[in-house]
Amino acid sequence: MPTITFIKPDGETVAVEATNGATVMEVAKDHDMPMLAACGGSLACATCHVIVDEDWFAKSGELCEAEEDLLDTAHGLTSTSRLCCQMKVSDELNGMAMTLPPME
Amino acid sequence: MSEVHTTDVAIIGAGPVGLFSVFQCGMLKMSCHVIDALPATGGQCTALYPEKPLFDIPAAPNINAVDLIARLERQIAPFKPVIHLNQQVSELEKVGEHWHLRTSSGLNIRARAIIIAAGAGAFGPNKPPLNNIDRFEGKSVHYMVQRREDFRDQRIVIAGGGDSAVDWALSLADVAAEVYVIHRRDRFRAIPESVAQMKALADAGKIELVIPYQLAALEGKDDQLKTVIVKTLDGEERRIAADHLLSFFGLASKLGPINDWGLDILNGVINVEPTTCATNVEGIFAVGDIAHYPHKLKLILSGFSEAAQAAHAAYRIVNPGQALNFEHSTTSGIPTLEPA
Repeated sequence: MPTITFIKPDGETVAVEATNGATVMEVAKDHDMPMLAACGGSLACATCHVIVDEDWFAKSGELCEAEEDLLDTAHGLTSTSRLCCQMKVSDELNGMAMTLPPME
Repeated sequence: MSEVHTTDVAIIGAGPVGLFSVFQCGMLKMSCHVIDALPATGGQCTALYPEKPLFDIPAAPNINAVDLIARLERQIAPFKPVIHLNQQVSELEKVGEHWHLRTSSGLNIRARAIIIAAGAGAFGPNKPPLNNIDRFEGKSVHYMVQRREDFRDQRIVIAGGGDSAVDWALSLADVAAEVYVIHRRDRFRAIPESVAQMKALADAGKIELVIPYQLAALEGKDDQLKTVIVKTLDGEERRIAADHLLSFFGLASKLGPINDWGLDILNGVINVEPTTCATNVEGIFAVGDIAHYPHKLKLILSGFSEAAQAAHAAYRIVNPGQALNFEHSTTSGIPTLEPA
């Protein structure tokens, strides 16, 4: 199973095993990461915003227009910002790391 | 002191699950007051996706979110709930056998039981996380425009890339001294004609589009903003002298005061006992998206069921020692309630 690493707002690093096909948001919620993910993955909010490690961004997949639109309402964006409900776990992502911004 | 309303159950949140809680309480002859931060009922259904169809409501194969809310209101009308909008429950304390609630508008409610159906929390403006922004709010930082005239001959920075940002850029271009629109990218989420008009105003030098920038910091004296500092992703900084910032990033929900009531909360949801929806605090129940237990599904469907569980459990607290005769609505019909 691929391993995904979350870097919490307080700096703590947590590496978890993820199931292929799950969204990264589901993986984060299953492991009680500090993340609201208020809309539950229905592309209606931006509360699962993560900052993907630069080396991994290219592998994180394409952003659709709806994701870009919602990122407009997030704060502290970077060039590797994603909504993690839109990233699906696969062997390709084994080792991927991302930072969780502080929960507002 | 203002009037105190007395009711059996106070329901926090007027989304679909809060409204259906009124029905379930009503079937057990419990009266309800409902409080919501938004100016209308419906919660996320009204605020986030009014026109979106829902396909997973039993016996409603395809229903718009606003229609769902309208039907729920019709269903609960016989129970004459009192709904208080535009205010948040700011204080909750137990006095004897009653809970005392106080809202942000100063309303007081006494209830025997509380059902929290607050979704992801109370909706308010999605505020940029700039550490001194509170200082300027109301005076020179705004999340909505009340009077266009207030901005005559002023220097205005508008932040955001949606309809509100574009519409107010167009409207204020005529009255303001200067208008700047800060947005992180060239694309706007607004009616294409409006975007075209805004770009034409920019080409004519009437407004300035500051793209691709994000808000970085605010400077000012007391509550008067003087400078809005914006940055590109590469860290390139620009300082814009301004009298007002209009911040349009949509709505965001916050638990707010609910955090202070001693409830078992983790990551924005309240842990409950799933068969009763009881929280760790006796007399307080949680239902819908805000209620959490193992394998919880955040569905309106689940929330409806949780409303029934919570109402039955709340009955024991509202009517201690009294028998609860379980009846189906086919047998009992819709009970009539005395006005609260």
